[in-house]
Amino acid sequence: MDDQLVIGGHKFQSRLILGSGKFSLELIQAVIEHGEVGMITLALRRANIRGQENILDYIPAGITLLPNTSGARNADEAVRIARLAREIGCGDFIKLEVIHDSKYLLPDNYETVKATEILAKEGFIVMPYMYPDLNVARALAAAGAASVMPLGAPIGSNKGLCTKEFIRILVEEIELPIIVDAGIGRPSQACEAMEMGVAAVMCNTAIATAGNVARMACAFKQAVGAGRAAYLAGLGRVLDGRAEASSPLTGFLEE
Amino acid sequence: MIDRENHMAYAEGMEAIDSDLLEKVGAGLARYDYRRYKGGDVERALGREKLCIEDYGAILSPAAADYLEQLAARAAGETRKHFGNSVQLFTPLYIANYCENYCVYCGFNCWNRIHRGKLSLEEIEEELRAIAATGLREILLLTGESRRQSGVEYIGEAVELASRYFSTVGIEIYPLNTDEYAYLHGRGADFVCVYQETYNTDKYGQVHLQGPKRVYPYRFHAQERALLGGMRGVAFGALLGLDDFRKDAFAVGLHAYLLQQKYPHAEISFSTPRLRPYINNAANNANDVHERQLLQVILAYRLFMPFAGITISTRERAGFRDHVIGMAATKISAGVRVGVGGHQAEKKGDEQFEIADPRSVREVHQMIVGRGLQPVYTDYVRV
Repeated sequence: MDDQLVIGGHKFQSRLILGSGKFSLELIQAVIEHGEVGMITLALRRANIRGQENILDYIPAGITLLPNTSGARNADEAVRIARLAREIGCGDFIKLEVIHDSKYLLPDNYETVKATEILAKEGFIVMPYMYPDLNVARALAAAGAASVMPLGAPIGSNKGLCTKEFIRILVEEIELPIIVDAGIGRPSQACEAMEMGVAAVMCNTAIATAGNVARMACAFKQAVGAGRAAYLAGLGRVLDGRAEASSPLTGFLEE
Repeated sequence: MIDRENHMAYAEGMEAIDSDLLEKVGAGLARYDYRRYKGGDVERALGREKLCIEDYGAILSPAAADYLEQLAARAAGETRKHFGNSVQLFTPLYIANYCENYCVYCGFNCWNRIHRGKLSLEEIEEELRAIAATGLREILLLTGESRRQSGVEYIGEAVELASRYFSTVGIEIYPLNTDEYAYLHGRGADFVCVYQETYNTDKYGQVHLQGPKRVYPYRFHAQERALLGGMRGVAFGALLGLDDFRKDAFAVGLHAYLLQQKYPHAEISFSTPRLRPYINNAANNANDVHERQLLQVILAYRLFMPFAGITISTRERAGFRDHVIGMAATKISAGVRVGVGGHQAEKKGDEQFEIADPRSVREVHQMIVGRGLQPVYTDYVRV
């Protein structure tokens, strides 16, 4: 079955996106292989061009780079970081992060919409990180975003889908791929997100801090695959544990 | 003129900003009595997902000393959650050691007959080039506290030179007015370190006898002025052991916490310098900060503000530093010289203190990798 993830006209076999900021770089290749990851983020602020421990030196060829604007506090800074990423040859994809809060690292939705509008006009394939708000998601879509990346829980918290009901609304209402960006802490949560119909999930801390990162990457791959398959199959009805008469209210029509 | 009688009075030329933080920190500190905490208070703090200020007080208390292993385990988890495997590397560069202050505990003080010096711009560039050749991308420029000998424009020239070689430039210099911070930010500096030394205002007056540093409130508000001047991040610290280290550490955390609440975008970090106890006095003084006490403070910073950076100084021995990174600290200096210059040419001025970890960048890099962590040379892009 042809079930590819399509973002900005680009097709991906994998629905697991890897965040790279918390990894030991020498482990990245193994994670990509075991997780069959097709796309990996790259914080421009970590790109030590021609220097030591440059993350770009550890990312194997053939995988799509998703540079992010980590460190941007407003739209203007995000736009400038995105342009720098393009200048150093990271391509047109940009994961837009605008964060004005050093404690919780929650995205600034307003500035994110502003930056999306500018970058989309410049031909970037913009994937904005956002707090799941339907109005903002519509504004991002109108501004030219290629996907919408709502957080499941605060970055690094591994708390899973705290914003589940709001993400569900985005899945129902927004035509763009919805990609859960932050908070996924275990494969079962990734699976749950995929069952809901999100297009992909992004993982960083959960894999980077696992005892065996390669095995955990594999576990996430399988969970994402299972969740996607369940979504495509159509989940069956789940009863709440009580027996149910076949037609308790309308049965009288047959009397 | 500095008011010799009242160290709480601003001197001419010192900008007084509209801020209530000094009163708030002072009030919090006055209420803090660490003797009243028991083991149960520490356990309650450890059981909470997020620590409140009261919990922070508990884990800094003597009662928490019995829970050091639990504190360390919790801190290690928080550090991994927020920073993953990353450990940032940097080095300080002393460009001058002239000082107009008389701080009774400090080797740089103006009455101490040490070899004073100041690097020319050419010498600074040579030093920068030598440091950059080690692979480092982050630098901290330091001076003694002398506006006359190392003025703001001189520091600005140094910052601009440094920004050509390094992605991240921090400064650890005398406190400035907002417009001066804005000037240095414009020339390439983004991070500012100012240590209050002690938050006990009486003690502060007793140990800072002369010079601009004698003015407590001007120093206290330096981080806020730096942020108002556009700086991106600010570092806090007390010289632990100068006064009651538990109260000073409590005040450091409270100061940082309140400032971050007021300026949510500010990147916060802590440093943990300490006065080393005299060996023959080891058991006598409750203010002594041995490694166990120092570790307790570092762990408390991590648990109270899990998102904040923590820098571990070369004043500490290698074995201590190696274990603290990953557990709580997120930044470590390497290839350190604490004389004026000395990376490329002969040093031009004496050291402020002795370092306990002389390892090179390469050696520290290898140590970090050996501990399963990731050395990070750059974590900032200036736009």
